[in-house]
Amino acid sequence: MKPLTIAEKIFRSHLKDEPFPGTKVLGIDVVMCHEITTPIAINDLVARGMDRVFDATKIKAVVDHVTPSKDTKTAMQAKILRDWARRHGIMDFFDIGQNGVCHALFPEKGFIRPGNTVIMGDSHTCTHGAFGAFAAGVGTTDLEVGILKGVCAFREPKTIRVNIIGSLPKGVYAKDVILKVIQTLTVNGATDRVIEFRGPVVDAMSMESRMTLCNMAIEAGGTSGICMPDAVTVDYLWPFISGDYADKAAALADFTRWHSDDGCDYERVIEIDVTNIEPQVTFGYKPDQVKNVSEIAGTPVDQVYIGSCTNGRLEDLRVAAEILKGRKIAPTVRGIVSPATPKVFREADAEGIIKIFMDAGFCVTNPTCGACLGMSNGVLAPGEVCASTTNRNFNGRMGKGGMVHLMSPATAAATAIAGVIADPRR
Amino acid sequence: MKKFGGPVLFLDRADINTDEIIPAKYLTEIDKDALRPHLLEDLKMDGFDPAGDALKNARVIVTRANFGCGSSREHAPWALEVNGITAVIAPSFARIFRQNMFNCGMMAIELDEAQVAALFERAGDGAAIEFDLKSGKFAVSSGKGRAEFTFSLAGFDRELVESEGWVGFADKRY
Repeated sequence: MKPLTIAEKIFRSHLKDEPFPGTKVLGIDVVMCHEITTPIAINDLVARGMDRVFDATKIKAVVDHVTPSKDTKTAMQAKILRDWARRHGIMDFFDIGQNGVCHALFPEKGFIRPGNTVIMGDSHTCTHGAFGAFAAGVGTTDLEVGILKGVCAFREPKTIRVNIIGSLPKGVYAKDVILKVIQTLTVNGATDRVIEFRGPVVDAMSMESRMTLCNMAIEAGGTSGICMPDAVTVDYLWPFISGDYADKAAALADFTRWHSDDGCDYERVIEIDVTNIEPQVTFGYKPDQVKNVSEIAGTPVDQVYIGSCTNGRLEDLRVAAEILKGRKIAPTVRGIVSPATPKVFREADAEGIIKIFMDAGFCVTNPTCGACLGMSNGVLAPGEVCASTTNRNFNGRMGKGGMVHLMSPATAAATAIAGVIADPRR
Repeated sequence: MKKFGGPVLFLDRADINTDEIIPAKYLTEIDKDALRPHLLEDLKMDGFDPAGDALKNARVIVTRANFGCGSSREHAPWALEVNGITAVIAPSFARIFRQNMFNCGMMAIELDEAQVAALFERAGDGAAIEFDLKSGKFAVSSGKGRAEFTFSLAGFDRELVESEGWVGFADKRY
Protein backbone atom coordinates (compact mmCIF):
# COMPACT_ATOMS: atom_id res chain seq x y z
CA MET A 1 0.00 0.00 0.00
CA LYS A 2 1.15 3.52 -0.76
CA PRO A 3 2.66 5.18 2.31
CA LEU A 4 0.47 8.09 3.44
CA THR A 5 0.89 11.23 5.49
CA ILE A 6 -1.35 11.73 8.52
CA ALA A 7 -3.30 14.37 6.56
CA GLU A 8 -3.84 11.94 3.67
CA LYS A 9 -5.07 9.27 6.09
CA ILE A 10 -7.57 11.69 7.59
CA PHE A 11 -8.74 12.81 4.15
CA ARG A 12 -9.25 9.20 2.98
CA SER A 13 -11.12 8.17 6.09
CA HIS A 14 -13.46 11.17 5.96
CA LEU A 15 -14.04 11.49 2.21
CA LYS A 16 -17.77 11.79 1.44
CA ASP A 17 -17.75 13.08 -2.10
CA GLU A 18 -15.57 14.39 -4.88
CA PRO A 19 -18.02 16.51 -6.86
CA PHE A 20 -15.25 17.78 -9.14
CA PRO A 21 -11.73 16.48 -9.68
CA GLY A 22 -9.51 17.73 -6.87
CA THR A 23 -12.40 18.85 -4.65
CA LYS A 24 -12.68 16.63 -1.59
CA VAL A 25 -15.80 16.96 0.53
CA LEU A 26 -15.05 15.62 4.00
CA GLY A 27 -17.34 14.59 6.80
CA ILE A 28 -16.61 16.81 9.80
CA ASP A 29 -16.28 15.42 13.33
CA VAL A 30 -16.27 18.72 15.24
CA VAL A 31 -17.88 21.98 14.11
CA MET A 32 -16.87 24.79 16.46
CA CYS A 33 -18.65 28.14 16.66
CA HIS A 34 -18.06 31.53 18.27
CA GLU A 35 -20.13 34.69 18.46
CA ILE A 36 -18.29 36.71 15.82
CA THR A 37 -18.55 34.54 12.72
CA THR A 38 -21.51 32.28 13.54
CA PRO A 39 -24.48 34.68 13.98
CA ILE A 40 -24.52 35.64 10.29
CA ALA A 41 -24.57 31.93 9.38
CA ILE A 42 -27.44 31.38 11.83
CA ASN A 43 -29.40 34.33 10.45
CA ASP A 44 -28.85 33.11 6.90
CA LEU A 45 -30.06 29.60 7.76
CA VAL A 46 -33.16 31.10 9.40
CA ALA A 47 -33.79 33.34 6.37
CA ARG A 48 -33.52 30.33 4.04
CA GLY A 49 -35.98 28.35 6.14
CA MET A 50 -33.17 25.87 6.94
CA ASP A 51 -32.64 26.50 10.65
CA ARG A 52 -31.34 22.99 11.38
CA VAL A 53 -28.12 21.42 12.69
CA PHE A 54 -26.65 18.16 11.36
CA ASP A 55 -25.79 16.78 14.81
CA ALA A 56 -26.09 18.84 18.00
CA THR A 57 -23.51 16.65 19.77
CA LYS A 58 -20.83 17.48 17.22
CA ILE A 59 -21.31 21.23 17.48
CA LYS A 60 -19.40 23.16 20.15
CA ALA A 61 -20.07 26.84 20.75
CA VAL A 62 -18.58 29.57 22.89
CA VAL A 63 -18.87 33.30 23.42
CA ASP A 64 -15.22 34.32 23.58
CA HIS A 65 -14.20 37.24 21.40
CA VAL A 66 -15.98 39.99 23.29
CA THR A 67 -17.18 38.77 26.67
CA PRO A 68 -18.81 40.04 28.81
CA SER A 69 -20.47 41.96 25.95
CA LYS A 70 -19.27 45.55 25.65
CA ASP A 71 -22.20 47.11 23.78
CA THR A 72 -25.54 46.38 22.14
CA LYS A 73 -24.03 44.90 19.00
CA THR A 74 -21.81 42.41 20.84
CA ALA A 75 -24.68 41.60 23.21
CA MET A 76 -26.80 40.76 20.15
CA GLN A 77 -24.08 38.50 18.71
CA ALA A 78 -23.89 36.59 21.98
CA LYS A 79 -27.68 36.41 22.17
CA ILE A 80 -28.06 35.02 18.64
CA LEU A 81 -25.52 32.29 19.42
CA ARG A 82 -27.05 31.56 22.85
CA ASP A 83 -30.63 31.37 21.57
CA TRP A 84 -29.56 29.13 18.69
CA ALA A 85 -27.64 26.76 20.99
CA ARG A 86 -30.69 26.50 23.26
CA ARG A 87 -33.23 25.87 20.53
CA HIS A 88 -31.12 23.13 18.94
CA GLY A 89 -30.11 21.47 22.19
CA ILE A 90 -26.39 22.14 21.73
CA MET A 91 -25.20 21.06 25.16
CA ASP A 92 -21.57 22.07 24.67
CA PHE A 93 -22.26 25.80 24.71
CA PHE A 94 -20.06 27.93 26.95
CA ASP A 95 -21.26 31.29 28.17
CA ILE A 96 -20.27 33.77 30.89
CA GLY A 97 -18.66 31.99 33.82
CA GLN A 98 -17.72 28.92 31.76
CA ASN A 99 -16.34 30.59 28.65
CA GLY A 100 -12.80 31.03 27.47
CA VAL A 101 -10.74 31.40 24.33
CA CYS A 102 -12.10 28.73 21.95
CA HIS A 103 -8.78 27.15 20.97
CA ALA A 104 -7.76 26.80 24.61
CA LEU A 105 -11.20 25.84 25.97
CA PHE A 106 -12.23 23.11 23.50
CA PRO A 107 -9.01 21.08 23.83
CA GLU A 108 -9.33 21.30 27.63
CA LYS A 109 -12.80 19.72 27.33
CA GLY A 110 -11.36 16.79 25.40
CA PHE A 111 -13.39 17.55 22.26
CA ILE A 112 -10.57 16.94 19.78
CA ARG A 113 -9.17 13.46 19.14
CA PRO A 114 -6.48 12.12 16.83
CA GLY A 115 -7.75 11.57 13.30
CA ASN A 116 -10.60 14.06 13.68
CA THR A 117 -11.67 16.64 11.13
CA VAL A 118 -12.38 19.99 12.74
CA ILE A 119 -13.64 23.27 11.30
CA MET A 120 -14.45 26.63 12.84
CA GLY A 121 -15.11 30.11 11.54
CA ASP A 122 -11.78 31.18 12.93
CA SER A 123 -8.37 31.08 11.29
CA HIS A 124 -6.57 29.77 14.37
CA THR A 125 -8.51 26.51 14.26
CA CYS A 126 -5.23 25.00 13.01
CA THR A 127 -4.30 24.87 16.74
CA HIS A 128 -6.17 21.57 17.16
CA GLY A 129 -3.79 19.81 14.79
CA ALA A 130 -1.67 19.43 17.93
CA PHE A 131 -3.84 16.38 18.69
CA GLY A 132 -3.13 14.75 15.33
CA ALA A 133 -6.32 16.16 13.81
CA PHE A 134 -6.92 17.96 10.53
CA ALA A 135 -8.23 21.28 11.79
CA ALA A 136 -8.97 24.14 9.44
CA GLY A 137 -10.20 27.67 9.82
CA VAL A 138 -13.05 28.46 7.45
CA GLY A 139 -15.34 31.35 6.58
CA THR A 140 -18.96 31.82 7.61
CA THR A 141 -20.41 30.06 4.53
CA ASP A 142 -18.28 26.93 5.08
CA LEU A 143 -19.29 27.06 8.74
CA GLU A 144 -22.95 27.38 7.75
CA VAL A 145 -22.75 24.28 5.54
CA GLY A 146 -20.83 22.50 8.30
CA ILE A 147 -23.62 23.26 10.78
CA LEU A 148 -26.31 22.19 8.32
CA LYS A 149 -24.73 19.16 6.66
CA GLY A 150 -21.60 18.22 8.60
CA VAL A 151 -19.39 18.49 5.53
CA CYS A 152 -16.72 20.83 4.20
CA ALA A 153 -14.91 21.00 0.85
CA PHE A 154 -11.12 21.21 0.51
CA ARG A 155 -8.51 20.84 -2.15
CA GLU A 156 -6.36 18.08 -0.65
CA PRO A 157 -3.37 19.89 0.79
CA LYS A 158 0.20 18.76 0.29
CA THR A 159 2.31 18.43 3.43
CA ILE A 160 5.42 20.34 4.44
CA ARG A 161 7.34 18.47 7.11
CA VAL A 162 9.24 20.66 9.56
CA ASN A 163 11.78 18.78 11.67
CA ILE A 164 12.68 20.64 14.83
CA ILE A 165 15.98 19.20 16.01
CA GLY A 166 18.58 19.88 18.68
CA SER A 167 17.39 20.95 22.11
CA LEU A 168 15.65 24.09 23.31
CA PRO A 169 18.04 26.38 25.16
CA LYS A 170 17.04 28.11 28.40
CA GLY A 171 14.61 30.96 27.84
CA VAL A 172 13.49 29.69 24.42
CA TYR A 173 10.01 28.23 24.00
CA ALA A 174 7.53 26.88 21.45
CA LYS A 175 6.58 30.48 20.53
CA ASP A 176 10.18 31.25 19.56
CA VAL A 177 10.29 28.06 17.50
CA ILE A 178 7.13 28.84 15.57
CA LEU A 179 8.26 32.42 14.89
CA LYS A 180 11.48 30.93 13.49
CA VAL A 181 9.45 28.51 11.35
CA ILE A 182 7.27 31.34 9.99
CA GLN A 183 10.37 33.40 9.23
CA THR A 184 11.76 30.40 7.32
CA LEU A 185 8.55 29.58 5.41
CA THR A 186 7.38 33.23 4.94
CA VAL A 187 3.76 34.37 5.23
CA ASN A 188 2.56 32.37 2.24
CA GLY A 189 5.12 29.57 2.17
CA ALA A 190 2.56 27.04 3.40
CA THR A 191 -0.59 28.28 1.63
CA ASP A 192 -2.88 25.32 0.91
CA ARG A 193 -0.42 23.11 2.77
CA VAL A 194 -0.45 21.18 6.03
CA ILE A 195 2.58 21.81 8.25
CA GLU A 196 3.63 18.61 10.00
CA PHE A 197 5.74 19.40 13.08
CA ARG A 198 8.21 16.60 13.80
CA GLY A 199 11.47 15.86 15.51
CA PRO A 200 12.80 15.35 19.03
CA VAL A 201 11.99 18.89 20.18
CA VAL A 202 8.31 18.43 19.29
CA ASP A 203 8.26 14.93 20.81
CA ALA A 204 9.49 16.43 24.09
CA MET A 205 6.89 19.22 24.08
CA SER A 206 3.74 19.33 26.21
CA MET A 207 0.34 19.51 24.48
CA GLU A 208 0.23 23.22 25.40
CA SER A 209 3.49 23.86 23.54
CA ARG A 210 2.34 21.80 20.56
CA MET A 211 -0.82 23.91 20.44
CA THR A 212 1.34 27.05 20.38
CA LEU A 213 3.26 25.60 17.41
CA CYS A 214 0.19 24.54 15.44
CA ASN A 215 -1.70 27.74 16.33
CA MET A 216 0.49 29.88 14.12
CA ALA A 217 0.60 27.53 11.08
CA ILE A 218 -1.93 29.93 9.52
CA GLU A 219 0.63 32.75 9.80
CA ALA A 220 2.63 30.89 7.14
CA GLY A 221 -0.61 30.37 5.18
CA GLY A 222 -0.99 26.75 6.37
CA THR A 223 -4.39 25.04 6.37
CA SER A 224 -3.60 23.02 9.48
CA GLY A 225 -0.61 22.43 11.70
CA ILE A 226 -0.32 18.81 12.76
CA CYS A 227 1.64 16.74 15.31
CA MET A 228 1.86 12.97 15.66
CA PRO A 229 -0.40 11.78 18.50
CA ASP A 230 1.75 10.02 21.10
CA ALA A 231 1.99 9.20 24.80
CA VAL A 232 1.81 12.93 25.64
CA THR A 233 -1.47 13.13 23.71
CA VAL A 234 -2.79 10.03 25.48
CA ASP A 235 -1.94 11.48 28.91
CA TYR A 236 -3.65 14.78 28.10
CA LEU A 237 -6.81 13.09 26.80
CA TRP A 238 -6.90 10.24 29.34
CA PRO A 239 -9.63 11.73 31.60
CA PHE A 240 -11.91 11.76 28.54
CA ILE A 241 -10.97 8.45 26.89
CA SER A 242 -10.24 6.16 29.83
CA GLY A 243 -13.62 4.48 29.31
CA ASP A 244 -12.84 3.71 25.68
CA TYR A 245 -9.58 1.83 26.15
CA ALA A 246 -8.34 -0.94 28.44
CA ASP A 247 -5.24 1.08 29.27
CA LYS A 248 -3.02 3.86 27.99
CA ALA A 249 -1.01 1.44 25.86
CA ALA A 250 -4.16 0.47 23.99
CA ALA A 251 -5.01 4.12 23.41
CA LEU A 252 -1.51 4.79 22.18
CA ALA A 253 -1.67 1.86 19.77
CA ASP A 254 -4.96 3.17 18.42
CA PHE A 255 -3.62 6.73 18.01
CA THR A 256 -0.44 5.52 16.34
CA ARG A 257 -2.33 4.24 13.28
CA TRP A 258 -2.74 7.86 12.22
CA HIS A 259 1.01 8.48 12.09
CA SER A 260 2.51 9.40 8.73
CA ASP A 261 3.97 6.27 7.15
CA ASP A 262 7.67 5.90 6.46
CA GLY A 263 8.31 6.83 2.85
CA CYS A 264 5.20 9.01 2.46
CA ASP A 265 5.26 11.99 0.11
CA TYR A 266 6.19 15.33 1.54
CA GLU A 267 6.23 18.32 -0.75
CA ARG A 268 9.11 19.71 1.23
CA VAL A 269 11.11 18.79 4.30
CA ILE A 270 12.84 21.50 6.26
CA GLU A 271 15.00 21.15 9.31
CA ILE A 272 15.51 23.73 12.01
CA ASP A 273 18.12 23.20 14.69
CA VAL A 274 17.02 25.19 17.72
CA THR A 275 20.05 24.47 19.90
CA ASN A 276 21.54 27.91 19.43
CA ILE A 277 18.52 30.09 18.71
CA GLU A 278 17.67 33.18 20.71
CA PRO A 279 14.22 34.26 21.85
CA GLN A 280 12.44 35.63 18.77
CA VAL A 281 10.50 38.90 18.38
CA THR A 282 8.61 40.27 15.38
CA PHE A 283 9.11 43.73 13.92
CA GLY A 284 7.05 45.38 11.17
CA TYR A 285 3.55 44.32 10.23
CA LYS A 286 3.97 40.75 9.01
CA PRO A 287 4.50 37.70 11.23
CA ASP A 288 7.48 36.53 9.13
CA GLN A 289 9.37 39.72 10.03
CA VAL A 290 11.28 38.20 12.92
CA LYS A 291 14.49 39.17 14.73
CA ASN A 292 16.61 37.78 17.52
CA VAL A 293 15.71 39.51 20.77
CA SER A 294 19.27 40.91 20.95
CA GLU A 295 18.65 42.82 17.70
CA ILE A 296 15.51 44.55 18.93
CA ALA A 297 16.07 44.78 22.72
CA GLY A 298 15.68 48.31 24.09
CA THR A 299 12.59 49.19 22.03
CA PRO A 300 10.17 51.01 24.40
CA VAL A 301 6.68 49.57 24.85
CA ASP A 302 3.48 51.04 26.30
CA GLN A 303 1.63 47.80 26.98
CA VAL A 304 2.45 44.15 27.60
CA TYR A 305 -0.26 41.62 26.83
CA ILE A 306 -0.07 37.99 27.93
CA GLY A 307 -2.92 35.79 26.73
CA SER A 308 -4.74 34.49 23.61
CA CYS A 309 -5.12 31.12 21.89
CA THR A 310 -1.39 31.20 21.22
CA ASN A 311 -0.02 31.77 24.74
CA GLY A 312 -2.74 32.11 27.37
CA ARG A 313 -2.48 28.62 28.86
CA LEU A 314 -1.27 27.62 32.34
CA GLU A 315 2.22 26.72 31.10
CA ASP A 316 2.55 30.20 29.58
CA LEU A 317 1.39 31.94 32.76
CA ARG A 318 3.80 29.85 34.84
CA VAL A 319 6.76 30.88 32.70
CA ALA A 320 5.82 34.56 32.91
CA ALA A 321 5.17 34.36 36.67
CA GLU A 322 8.57 32.81 37.26
CA ILE A 323 10.14 35.97 35.83
CA LEU A 324 7.69 38.40 37.47
CA LYS A 325 7.86 36.87 40.96
CA GLY A 326 8.81 39.49 43.54
CA ARG A 327 9.29 42.21 40.94
CA LYS A 328 7.37 45.21 39.63
CA ILE A 329 6.63 46.09 36.03
CA ALA A 330 8.00 49.41 34.74
CA PRO A 331 5.82 52.41 35.68
CA THR A 332 5.55 53.34 31.99
CA VAL A 333 4.02 49.97 31.07
CA ARG A 334 0.43 48.76 31.31
CA GLY A 335 0.50 45.00 31.94
CA ILE A 336 -2.54 42.93 31.03
CA VAL A 337 -2.90 39.17 31.46
CA SER A 338 -5.90 37.20 30.21
CA PRO A 339 -5.87 33.57 31.40
CA ALA A 340 -7.32 31.76 28.38
CA THR A 341 -9.97 29.73 30.21
CA PRO A 342 -11.67 29.54 33.62
CA LYS A 343 -9.67 26.35 34.33
CA VAL A 344 -6.41 28.14 33.55
CA PHE A 345 -7.54 31.05 35.76
CA ARG A 346 -8.49 28.75 38.65
CA GLU A 347 -5.27 26.73 38.48
CA ALA A 348 -3.14 29.85 38.13
CA ASP A 349 -4.89 31.22 41.19
CA ALA A 350 -4.30 28.00 43.16
CA GLU A 351 -0.60 28.12 42.29
CA GLY A 352 -0.28 31.75 43.39
CA ILE A 353 0.37 32.92 39.83
CA ILE A 354 -2.52 35.38 39.74
CA LYS A 355 -1.17 37.02 42.89
CA ILE A 356 2.31 37.27 41.35
CA PHE A 357 0.86 39.04 38.32
CA MET A 358 -1.18 41.42 40.49
CA ASP A 359 1.72 42.14 42.86
CA ALA A 360 3.87 42.95 39.83
CA GLY A 361 1.29 45.49 38.67
CA PHE A 362 -0.63 43.54 36.02
CA CYS A 363 -4.34 43.86 35.38
CA VAL A 364 -5.88 40.38 35.30
CA THR A 365 -8.89 40.12 32.99
CA ASN A 366 -11.44 37.39 32.51
CA PRO A 367 -10.77 34.79 29.79
CA THR A 368 -11.42 36.40 26.37
CA CYS A 369 -9.81 37.02 22.97
CA GLY A 370 -10.45 40.75 23.38
CA ALA A 371 -7.19 42.62 23.03
CA CYS A 372 -5.51 40.26 20.52
CA LEU A 373 -7.67 41.57 17.71
CA GLY A 374 -8.33 45.03 19.11
CA MET A 375 -11.96 44.38 20.02
CA SER A 376 -11.90 44.93 23.80
CA ASN A 377 -9.88 44.66 27.04
CA GLY A 378 -6.70 46.40 25.95
CA VAL A 379 -7.07 48.27 22.64
CA LEU A 380 -4.03 50.42 21.77
CA ALA A 381 -4.14 54.16 21.08
CA PRO A 382 -2.56 55.39 17.82
CA GLY A 383 1.24 55.41 18.09
CA GLU A 384 1.35 52.98 21.01
CA VAL A 385 3.50 49.86 21.09
CA CYS A 386 2.49 46.52 22.57
CA ALA A 387 4.69 43.56 23.45
CA SER A 388 2.28 40.70 22.97
CA THR A 389 2.13 36.91 23.24
CA THR A 390 -0.56 36.83 20.53
CA ASN A 391 -0.30 35.76 16.89
CA ARG A 392 -0.66 38.74 14.55
CA ASN A 393 1.31 41.96 14.23
CA PHE A 394 -0.76 43.34 11.35
CA ASN A 395 -1.06 47.10 11.09
CA GLY A 396 -3.92 48.15 13.37
CA ARG A 397 -4.47 44.62 14.71
CA MET A 398 -4.64 45.64 18.39
CA GLY A 399 -5.97 49.13 17.66
CA LYS A 400 -5.74 51.60 14.80
CA GLY A 401 -2.26 53.08 14.53
CA GLY A 402 -0.82 50.68 17.12
CA MET A 403 2.33 48.58 16.76
CA VAL A 404 2.55 44.98 17.94
CA HIS A 405 5.70 42.95 18.67
CA LEU A 406 4.97 39.23 18.97
CA MET A 407 7.03 37.24 21.46
CA SER A 408 6.93 34.45 24.04
CA PRO A 409 5.40 34.88 27.52
CA ALA A 410 8.95 34.88 28.97
CA THR A 411 10.10 37.70 26.70
CA ALA A 412 6.85 39.58 27.37
CA ALA A 413 7.37 39.29 31.15
CA ALA A 414 10.98 40.46 30.94
CA THR A 415 9.82 43.33 28.73
CA ALA A 416 7.12 44.34 31.22
CA ILE A 417 9.75 44.69 33.96
CA ALA A 418 12.25 46.57 31.78
CA GLY A 419 9.72 48.81 30.02
CA VAL A 420 11.60 48.06 26.81
CA ILE A 421 11.88 44.83 24.80
CA ALA A 422 14.20 42.68 26.91
CA ASP A 423 15.93 39.33 26.80
CA PRO A 424 14.29 36.90 29.28
CA ARG A 425 17.60 35.01 29.70
CA ARG A 426 19.13 37.95 31.59
CA MET B 1 -25.08 34.67 -11.09
CA LYS B 2 -23.48 37.84 -9.80
CA LYS B 3 -22.39 40.61 -12.15
CA PHE B 4 -18.70 40.73 -12.93
CA GLY B 5 -16.57 43.44 -14.50
CA GLY B 6 -16.11 47.20 -14.61
CA PRO B 7 -13.51 49.74 -13.46
CA VAL B 8 -10.37 48.30 -11.89
CA LEU B 9 -8.71 49.27 -8.62
CA PHE B 10 -5.02 48.40 -8.61
CA LEU B 11 -3.46 47.62 -5.21
CA ASP B 12 0.27 47.32 -5.74
CA ARG B 13 1.29 45.44 -2.62
CA ALA B 14 1.61 41.78 -1.68
CA ASP B 15 0.16 40.21 1.49
CA ILE B 16 -2.80 42.56 1.95
CA ASN B 17 -4.50 40.96 4.95
CA THR B 18 -8.12 40.72 6.02
CA ASP B 19 -7.55 43.12 8.92
CA GLU B 20 -6.64 45.72 6.29
CA ILE B 21 -9.63 44.80 4.11
CA ILE B 22 -12.01 45.14 7.07
CA PRO B 23 -10.72 45.88 10.60
CA ALA B 24 -11.84 43.60 13.43
CA LYS B 25 -13.72 46.37 15.23
CA TYR B 26 -16.41 46.14 12.53
CA LEU B 27 -16.90 42.41 13.05
CA THR B 28 -19.66 43.26 15.52
CA GLU B 29 -21.89 44.13 12.55
CA ILE B 30 -24.56 41.59 11.68
CA ASP B 31 -25.78 43.57 8.67
CA LYS B 32 -23.39 43.26 5.72
CA ASP B 33 -24.31 46.72 4.39
CA ALA B 34 -22.91 48.27 7.56
CA LEU B 35 -19.44 47.22 6.36
CA ARG B 36 -19.67 49.44 3.23
CA PRO B 37 -17.91 52.62 4.49
CA HIS B 38 -15.04 50.69 6.07
CA LEU B 39 -13.59 48.68 3.17
CA LEU B 40 -9.76 48.89 3.12
CA GLU B 41 -9.89 51.67 5.69
CA ASP B 42 -6.69 50.49 7.44
CA LEU B 43 -4.72 49.91 4.23
CA LYS B 44 -1.68 52.20 4.31
CA MET B 45 -0.21 52.42 0.82
CA ASP B 46 1.26 55.26 -1.23
CA GLY B 47 -1.31 56.62 -3.65
CA PHE B 48 -4.26 54.77 -2.09
CA ASP B 49 -7.10 56.72 -0.55
CA PRO B 50 -9.80 54.61 1.12
CA ALA B 51 -12.23 57.52 0.67
CA GLY B 52 -11.26 58.16 -2.96
CA ASP B 53 -13.13 57.67 -6.25
CA ALA B 54 -10.86 54.82 -7.41
CA LEU B 55 -12.26 52.61 -4.66
CA LYS B 56 -15.79 53.98 -4.91
CA ASN B 57 -16.01 53.19 -8.64
CA ALA B 58 -14.14 49.90 -8.60
CA ARG B 59 -15.81 46.63 -9.61
CA VAL B 60 -12.63 44.57 -9.91
CA ILE B 61 -9.41 44.58 -7.84
CA VAL B 62 -6.05 43.65 -9.35
CA THR B 63 -3.39 43.07 -6.73
CA ARG B 64 -0.24 41.15 -5.77
CA ALA B 65 0.41 37.79 -4.13
CA ASN B 66 -1.25 36.33 -1.02
CA PHE B 67 -4.23 38.69 -1.00
CA GLY B 68 -6.61 38.09 1.92
CA CYS B 69 -4.13 36.49 4.30
CA GLY B 70 -4.77 36.39 8.04
CA SER B 71 -8.17 36.07 9.61
CA SER B 72 -10.91 33.80 8.24
CA ARG B 73 -13.50 36.59 8.39
CA GLU B 74 -15.93 36.36 5.48
CA HIS B 75 -16.59 40.01 6.26
CA ALA B 76 -13.71 40.65 3.83
CA PRO B 77 -15.51 39.32 0.72
CA TRP B 78 -18.77 40.82 2.04
CA ALA B 79 -17.17 44.25 2.40
CA LEU B 80 -15.99 43.96 -1.20
CA GLU B 81 -19.40 42.82 -2.42
CA VAL B 82 -21.41 45.58 -0.74
CA ASN B 83 -19.06 47.99 -2.49
CA GLY B 84 -19.79 46.39 -5.86
CA ILE B 85 -16.49 44.50 -6.14
CA THR B 86 -17.16 40.88 -7.09
CA ALA B 87 -13.83 39.79 -8.60
CA VAL B 88 -10.22 39.99 -7.44
CA ILE B 89 -7.28 39.06 -9.69
CA ALA B 90 -3.90 38.21 -8.13
CA PRO B 91 -1.00 35.79 -8.51
CA SER B 92 -2.17 33.96 -5.36
CA PHE B 93 -4.64 34.16 -2.50
CA ALA B 94 -4.76 32.97 1.09
CA ARG B 95 -6.72 29.71 1.13
CA ILE B 96 -9.60 30.74 3.37
CA PHE B 97 -10.16 34.08 1.61
CA ARG B 98 -10.13 32.39 -1.79
CA GLN B 99 -12.67 29.79 -0.69
CA ASN B 100 -14.84 32.47 0.95
CA MET B 101 -14.97 34.40 -2.34
CA PHE B 102 -16.22 31.39 -4.32
CA ASN B 103 -18.49 30.30 -1.46
CA CYS B 104 -20.24 33.66 -1.93
CA GLY B 105 -20.42 33.21 -5.71
CA MET B 106 -17.63 35.74 -6.27
CA MET B 107 -14.35 35.19 -8.11
CA ALA B 108 -10.76 35.06 -6.86
CA ILE B 109 -8.85 34.61 -10.13
CA GLU B 110 -5.24 33.43 -10.04
CA LEU B 111 -3.00 34.50 -12.92
CA ASP B 112 0.75 34.07 -13.14
CA GLU B 113 3.01 36.91 -11.99
CA ALA B 114 3.87 37.99 -15.56
CA GLN B 115 0.22 38.38 -16.53
CA VAL B 116 -0.54 40.31 -13.36
CA ALA B 117 2.46 42.53 -14.15
CA ALA B 118 1.02 43.10 -17.63
CA LEU B 119 -2.27 44.16 -16.01
CA PHE B 120 -0.44 46.55 -13.69
CA GLU B 121 1.07 48.29 -16.72
CA ARG B 122 -2.43 49.57 -17.41
CA ALA B 123 -2.94 51.05 -13.96
CA GLY B 124 -4.00 54.67 -13.77
CA ASP B 125 -5.42 54.81 -17.29
CA GLY B 126 -9.08 54.36 -16.47
CA ALA B 127 -8.69 50.60 -16.84
CA ALA B 128 -11.83 48.49 -16.92
CA ILE B 129 -12.30 44.74 -17.27
CA GLU B 130 -15.01 42.84 -19.16
CA PHE B 131 -15.39 39.13 -18.36
CA ASP B 132 -16.53 36.38 -20.69
CA LEU B 133 -16.95 33.48 -18.31
CA LYS B 134 -18.01 31.00 -20.98
CA SER B 135 -14.79 31.34 -22.95
CA GLY B 136 -12.61 31.92 -19.86
CA LYS B 137 -11.36 35.26 -21.11
CA PHE B 138 -11.38 38.82 -19.92
CA ALA B 139 -10.52 41.99 -21.75
CA VAL B 140 -8.93 44.99 -20.13
CA SER B 141 -9.38 48.34 -21.83
CA SER B 142 -7.61 51.52 -20.83
CA GLY B 143 -5.86 54.56 -22.34
CA LYS B 144 -3.28 52.05 -23.55
CA GLY B 145 -5.82 50.18 -25.70
CA ARG B 146 -7.47 46.80 -25.27
CA ALA B 147 -5.86 43.49 -24.34
CA GLU B 148 -7.25 40.00 -23.79
CA PHE B 149 -6.27 37.58 -21.06
CA THR B 150 -7.31 34.00 -20.51
CA PHE B 151 -8.06 32.53 -17.11
CA SER B 152 -9.39 29.24 -15.83
CA LEU B 153 -11.71 28.31 -13.03
CA ALA B 154 -11.59 24.84 -11.48
CA GLY B 155 -14.82 22.87 -11.89
CA PHE B 156 -15.92 23.40 -8.29
CA ASP B 157 -15.16 27.13 -8.38
CA ARG B 158 -17.13 27.55 -11.62
CA GLU B 159 -20.06 25.65 -10.12
CA LEU B 160 -20.06 27.94 -7.06
CA VAL B 161 -20.01 31.05 -9.28
CA GLU B 162 -22.86 29.68 -11.40
CA SER B 163 -24.97 28.54 -8.46
CA GLU B 164 -24.14 31.74 -6.50
CA GLY B 165 -22.47 29.99 -3.63
CA TRP B 166 -21.89 26.87 -1.58
CA VAL B 167 -25.01 26.76 0.61
CA GLY B 168 -27.39 26.19 -2.30
CA PHE B 169 -25.11 23.60 -3.90
CA ALA B 170 -24.51 21.72 -0.64
CA ASP B 171 -28.18 21.74 0.32
CA LYS B 172 -29.15 20.09 -2.96
CA ARG B 173 -26.35 17.54 -2.94
CA TYR B 174 -25.93 16.47 0.70
